[in-house]
Amino acid sequence: MRARVEVMLKAGVLDPQGEAVRHALGGLGFEGVGAVRQGKLIELDLTATDAGDARAEVVKMCEALLVNTVIERYRIEIVED
Amino acid sequence: MKAAIVTFPGSNCDRDLRVAFAAAGFEAVPLWHKETSLPPGTDVVGLPGGFSHGDYLRCGAIAARAPVMGAVAAFARSGGHVLGICNGFQVLCEAGLLPGTLMRNAGLRFVCREVGLAVGTSASPFTAGWRQGARLSLPVAHHDGNFAADDDVLERLFAEERVAFTYTDNPNGSARDIAGVLSANRRVLGMMPHPERATDAALCSTAGAPLFAGLAAALAGQPA
Amino acid sequence: MPDRDMTADTAPQDRLAPEPAITPDLVAAHGLKPDEYERVLALLGREPTFTELGIFSAMWNEHCSYKSSRRWLRTLPTEGPQVIQGPGENAGVVDIGDGLAVVFKMESHNHPSYIEPYQGAATGVGGILRDVFTMGARPMAAMNALSFGAPEHPRTRHLVQGVVAGIGGYGNAFGVPNVGGEMRFHPAYDGNCLVNAFAAGIARSDRIFYSAASGVGMPVVYLGARTGRDGVGGATMASAEFDEGLEEKRPTVQVGDPFTEKRLLEACLELMEAEAVISIQDMGAAGLTCSAVEMGDKGGLGIRLELDRVPVREEAMSAYEMMLSESQERMLMVLRPEKEAEAREIFARWDLDFAVIGETIAEDRFLVLHGNRVKADLPLRALSGEAPEYDRPWVASPPRTPLGPLPDIGPIEALQVLLAHPDHAHKGWVWEQYDWAVGADTLRRPGLGAGVVRVHGTRKALAFTSDVTPRYVLACPETGGAQAVAEAFRNLCAVGARPLATTDNLNFGNPERPEIMGQLVGAIRGSGAACRALDMPIVSGNVSLYNETAGRAILPTPTIGAVGLIADHADMITGPARAGDVAVLLGRDGGHMGASALIWAAWGREDGPPPPVDLEEEARNGAFVLAQAGAIRAASDLSDGGLALAGFEMAAAAGTGLALEAGDTAWFFGEDQGRYLLAIEEGALASLLAAAQEAGVPARPVGRFGGEALRLGTAQAHMAALTALWRGVLPGLFGSG
Repeated sequence: MRARVEVMLKAGVLDPQGEAVRHALGGLGFEGVGAVRQGKLIELDLTATDAGDARAEVVKMCEALLVNTVIERYRIEIVED
Repeated sequence: MKAAIVTFPGSNCDRDLRVAFAAAGFEAVPLWHKETSLPPGTDVVGLPGGFSHGDYLRCGAIAARAPVMGAVAAFARSGGHVLGICNGFQVLCEAGLLPGTLMRNAGLRFVCREVGLAVGTSASPFTAGWRQGARLSLPVAHHDGNFAADDDVLERLFAEERVAFTYTDNPNGSARDIAGVLSANRRVLGMMPHPERATDAALCSTAGAPLFAGLAAALAGQPA
Repeated sequence: MPDRDMTADTAPQDRLAPEPAITPDLVAAHGLKPDEYERVLALLGREPTFTELGIFSAMWNEHCSYKSSRRWLRTLPTEGPQVIQGPGENAGVVDIGDGLAVVFKMESHNHPSYIEPYQGAATGVGGILRDVFTMGARPMAAMNALSFGAPEHPRTRHLVQGVVAGIGGYGNAFGVPNVGGEMRFHPAYDGNCLVNAFAAGIARSDRIFYSAASGVGMPVVYLGARTGRDGVGGATMASAEFDEGLEEKRPTVQVGDPFTEKRLLEACLELMEAEAVISIQDMGAAGLTCSAVEMGDKGGLGIRLELDRVPVREEAMSAYEMMLSESQERMLMVLRPEKEAEAREIFARWDLDFAVIGETIAEDRFLVLHGNRVKADLPLRALSGEAPEYDRPWVASPPRTPLGPLPDIGPIEALQVLLAHPDHAHKGWVWEQYDWAVGADTLRRPGLGAGVVRVHGTRKALAFTSDVTPRYVLACPETGGAQAVAEAFRNLCAVGARPLATTDNLNFGNPERPEIMGQLVGAIRGSGAACRALDMPIVSGNVSLYNETAGRAILPTPTIGAVGLIADHADMITGPARAGDVAVLLGRDGGHMGASALIWAAWGREDGPPPPVDLEEEARNGAFVLAQAGAIRAASDLSDGGLALAGFEMAAAAGTGLALEAGDTAWFFGEDQGRYLLAIEEGALASLLAAAQEAGVPARPVGRFGGEALRLGTAQAHMAALTALWRGVLPGLFGSG
């Protein structure tokens, strides 16, 4: 079983990287790009067999390490092999 | 001799590089990243250290696509000399003017210290001031200096003696201790250590001065 | 747009979210005490609007108003022939000759760094850099003084890693060399770390920019990054004790963007060069509010702001949020109207926002309009001039009884205890994460006492140091305050720099407790006396109070940042020592062990009085070092760990050994003040000793550099082993990677 954790800055937290990318895209002639937000995707291979257990465990991992909950939010997707 | 030093937004060693070129007898002129051509009579282009575009997305990625880089690439293709230091090295790799890429340091932290280097080849205008195998020490200051390339690229770089410098005490996990690489025509050099921070006796080190002096000599001997 | 009747606007039916009614709870949540709120009502003759309440809370909190410390800060020496600008501006300005000035300040970012260490420390660095370049100076050096809880405390590792990475992440990208600082650990900082950031820059002394607005009808311009809801309530937070409700305070964290700051620097300096700037103020705590009020107040003018013109990056921001936002990398400026087009062009070139958001007005009025409504209409001068000021009750710290007997310990064992202690361990793990060489003017890197940076393009160099020994301040605030200044003075002299001036960053607990207030009063008295005696006026500074958690205060930590001038960098005492050099002890023989580093590191003891500080002796000995700089190969001040630790550090820097004569523990490790260890070439020794005798300065050879061992009397250890111990401590605690 695998888990995919998408980590993004919380709404309202400044994202300097996204802003720089947005600007660069404009400079390269890509019109019509509004806000750009940049985050992380973390894939975890898990030994758990129950999706519910896996999710609960990944939530703990997010809170303990993977996510800076002060400024980031996360979304977990459990992928059953 | 004219050296044009590019300033990207976020460059912070552009002044230092101009000073080092000027000390070696170059006319060192600033070049804004939004320009689309080089100043007339440019002999060498310098891409300085710093954090162009904040190092956001990937180090050097946004700068490599700046308007001025089209002119720099054309200059390099026509045999012009280009020196990229630190962030400038990252830009050269992102622009495809040098092979490989620079990943996050193996230690995951920014590292600023003097490191030992060995000169990999004297056969370039940048390294002609040293004999092959010479040891020197230069400061590094980077977060992403971990050179990486496919095995066959690495093999080729060594086989063609295009590894300008290797670390004697690798500070960043770089593949095969690579600290600087040359282009196939040996006129484009990218390196992570900062020779421009070691060209002045007051700074307790002039270890980087031979690079600029050697380049000046090579250019002076070159037909106009 | 027409002003509206304020009383009709207290419960506005807005296009935005309705503003809450003003209740006692809401007033309390804004950190205003009942008597302070009574003062607001009396000033206005009516109830404030929600936005106005926010403005008062920002202006009248401890962070902005210095209401607890102001009456004591006034006693500090702030003037001297070298001082161009003392406290009260973004930073202090000191003349360094030939039409140049150094602009510097130190400021804390303690609370934000405890909540989110990377961003808290990063934005602290960003804020202090802005303070410096706001005045027209290009930053040339930075330092950071850090205090953390016990290394074994569960939060310490996270804080250390985050703070150091954040300082590096911001300063390195911005491109200012970080050349010094301090790092200490003590359980008293478990719940409140300290991050004190220093920055210095160089400006032409005839081209310093101030915050005072002038001229009526002048455009008020907003520059830099766009405004978001960052840190709304942050300034209030910074003056509140932490409690279990920490989680709720979290959304106020701001994110720093050094890339924008670097562009803001270049754009501002270009704008100043273009003579476009009348006055300029950085937006720090409670950004728009404090900066606008500051500019109006200093210039004797009113300010009218139209918030609909403020560049924002979030939707539906209220006036309250905009006025209190702490979004980083922003400036407020009063512009010469005829230069507006040129100014716009400069900012467009650097891809920065530029907006005229208001104007100066003749009346004493702070008028804030938004969405076609008056959101605030306040007497401007009263916002700062009528801010409360307290004469808080205080009690002096009780004098310490003499130090009791100490257990026996061999000198090498004692030295090893110190080298293994994180306070005295090699700090390379920290400063190798900072770019200390960017600018190619760093003449003396971190880790060797004061950092030295050449003034670009000149023969001049400036030396920077930051010092305080909180153990001493706790033991006796007055002596500790003086000692911090004396140690800074010595560190400057030890590189051959003439001490010029200081900045202070006063970190204390809750001033509403008389014993804490007594620490603050004592430390100010002590540091003031020392600054006076050593001719180092305090030209800028910052006070951070309420650094306590659940009633447990930090050690009193009045950090002193100091700057010294080397007129020609060829005259710097460069070091290192060389094998064969004679080790000369300048100053008295040691013996004072009270409140010393060794008794804390070896036995966990903090008892005994601190070493007394004799300011005349400090001045005399420092003057001697400066006069003899040409004859001194290397010098180190003696402080924590006394003669033995200084000797080890000098030998380690030189890559050689050192043999010191025999003495007892107190002779090796006593922390008596006013002392230096010098490395003198054999041939220069006699004349130096003769000069010392003539100057009435005690000086005598106590050993010799060379070999591969450190010898303390008959005991000895290999330098290589000691150095490995010393260098391994921080990587062992915080990761070697």
